[in-house]
Amino acid sequence: MKITGLTAVALVFGASVAMAEVVPPKEVKFTEDGAVETPVTTTPGNPANGRKVFAHRKKGNCLACHQNSDMKDLPFHGEIGPSLDGVGDRYSEAELRGIVVNAKKALNPDTIMPAFYKDWGFRRVLKKFQGKSILTAQEVEDVVAYLKTLKE
Amino acid sequence: MKLTRIGAGLAAAIIGLAGMASAEEPEIKKLVIDGVEMTVAAPAPPYLENLDMIYSGWLFRSPETQALELDDFDNPGMVFVEQAQDMFSTPEGTAGKACADCHQLEDFKGLRTVLPRVEDDGKLWTMEDYINKCRTDRMGAKAWKYGGTELTSMVALIGLQSRGMPVNVKIDGPAKPYWEKGKEIFYTRVGQLDMACANCHEDNYGKMIRADRLSQGQINGFPTYRLKNGKLNSVHARFKGCMKNIRAQPYNVGGDEFKALELYIASRGNGLSVETPSVRN
Repeated sequence: MKITGLTAVALVFGASVAMAEVVPPKEVKFTEDGAVETPVTTTPGNPANGRKVFAHRKKGNCLACHQNSDMKDLPFHGEIGPSLDGVGDRYSEAELRGIVVNAKKALNPDTIMPAFYKDWGFRRVLKKFQGKSILTAQEVEDVVAYLKTLKE
Repeated sequence: MKLTRIGAGLAAAIIGLAGMASAEEPEIKKLVIDGVEMTVAAPAPPYLENLDMIYSGWLFRSPETQALELDDFDNPGMVFVEQAQDMFSTPEGTAGKACADCHQLEDFKGLRTVLPRVEDDGKLWTMEDYINKCRTDRMGAKAWKYGGTELTSMVALIGLQSRGMPVNVKIDGPAKPYWEKGKEIFYTRVGQLDMACANCHEDNYGKMIRADRLSQGQINGFPTYRLKNGKLNSVHARFKGCMKNIRAQPYNVGGDEFKALELYIASRGNGLSVETPSVRN
């Protein structure tokens, strides 16, 4: 009995330190409304890291197009997309995830917004980015976790 | 049910924002260089379905950058033009000839306005092609590197002879297939960021993309001196930089695709003044 309990604990512990389970870009499922309900990795999003990915010019680079009052310390917020102030109020987590993964499916096929979790179906991709998505699964979840914190 | 309504409302709102309406018209100012007023805003040619007006990239720059183009003494691009002037009269190659042995600079007045154009061989020729053809066939000199400083400086010197004249490239007749190809490239999304020229330079000109204000991507001022890299930039080098920004494999500098794109984009500026050499950030 005691041994069984220990084994169970060990199993659970073992599972949590094992590799996170990742949904590859091609297998991400969208709802009819363009939301993605299942996280793309089992490791929960980290909003602090998401904030970094958001601002990083070679990662999310979200400030290139969006204003975000939470980042007043950084100069030059873009004007291409809508302000992201309060975006955590306006969208559910699943909707935010859908927009980050592929805004062309979540919002509008003609949007200028890149798909951040898509690694196929592009034309003339530079060699070093071929077969890769802009963000990793973990970075997607981190950004989604950060966006959830942007409340009015 | 609720989600559906949110989704639909959202899609409608975004579609409303995504069209041309989201571009922002620049403040119209006068650009007078050396006593000659440039046309920096003009009605869009009829074949541009999505634009009402065309604007020189000069209008989208900061007052400080704009000021650098008002006077040739302030224009850092003129240093390269002066170097080209020296090269123009320096003999090179096995024939022992300089450009100046056959040409006077004034002879080139107006040439910039009609290039690229289709030659008798049915091919699309850029200014660079003409210069290099002259070097290899008449001077017995080596062709200059396409997009390199020497060739780009010479393109600027010859382009300067047309400054203030309206861009007027042909898009019909033998030019038509090249123009169509260029147009297709302009509207085709490429790269990991999956963007076409039109996404930024037609749908969103006038807006800030981080620290930079998007222009219409006009090339009437090329070659252009960029403060960013401190040199004259050829049209094709600029195309290449743009493609790399969106993580796309650029077409070859001096290759058929960029020549076709150059013709198409030049035609989007038909009616604007040649501003060579312009100053941009």
